Amino acid sequence: MQALTNDVFRALADPTRRAIFERLARDGEQTVHALTDRSGVSQPAVSKHLTVLKRAKLVMHRREGRETHYAAQPQALEPLVDWMSVYGAFWRDRFDRLENLLNRMDK
Amino acid sequence: MTTTGPTRTLVIEREMPHPQEKIWRALTEGKLMEEWLMKNDFQPVVGHRFQFRATPAPNWSGVIDCEVLVVDPISRLSYGWGTLGLESVVAWTLTPTAGGTHVRMEHSGFPSEEGANYKGAKYGWTNFISKMDRVVGGLE
Repeated sequence: MQALTNDVFRALADPTRRAIFERLARDGEQTVHALTDRSGVSQPAVSKHLTVLKRAKLVMHRREGRETHYAAQPQALEPLVDWMSVYGAFWRDRFDRLENLLNRMDK
Repeated sequence: MTTTGPTRTLVIEREMPHPQEKIWRALTEGKLMEEWLMKNDFQPVVGHRFQFRATPAPNWSGVIDCEVLVVDPISRLSYGWGTLGLESVVAWTLTPTAGGTHVRMEHSGFPSEEGANYKGAKYGWTNFISKMDRVVGGLE
């Protein structure tokens, strides 16, 4: 699990890879050709990025004829979403604001 | 609640040097709630459906769909809290103490690591990735 988490971090650290992943997550399944046309980098570069994303399980692929179709797997991000820490920070901040309000209500 | 599998609970407790009655007002009067929590159309009526509205973010409307579950003046208040595909419950307990009031907030229903709720990641990932930029900056 820890190793996979690190793969996910590394995969998304690169802006081009992140853009590819975002496009797949937003627009749905696409071929390497379609991705290349819109990414501004060469097809071999796109393929290399897709390999890294695949290793992190952020995308999956299926072959159809001569084309390979790629699709995002946003659930790969799940291990990284720590609701406890997200809401822990949120509520501590709100508790501070509540106390602040209570102090002002004194007047 | 749609969460499957084991869940986890966040608890925050604080002793506040204020009377219980006053804290109850801050927790249950819409105008006051807006000052420290969020814009809302809350009513202290069990079964009332309401929303908290925060500033929208990428892939997030900023809306939290809620339903009042418990109103027990001036000690217990609870509402369902649904956003980003995650259904959870917020419960407040106020207990008078010698110096004021003990405030306990329990936010429960978070999927545990093996929990099967992936929707949060689906809706929240854009926001999340922008934060991750900074984390990764410190990693490499």
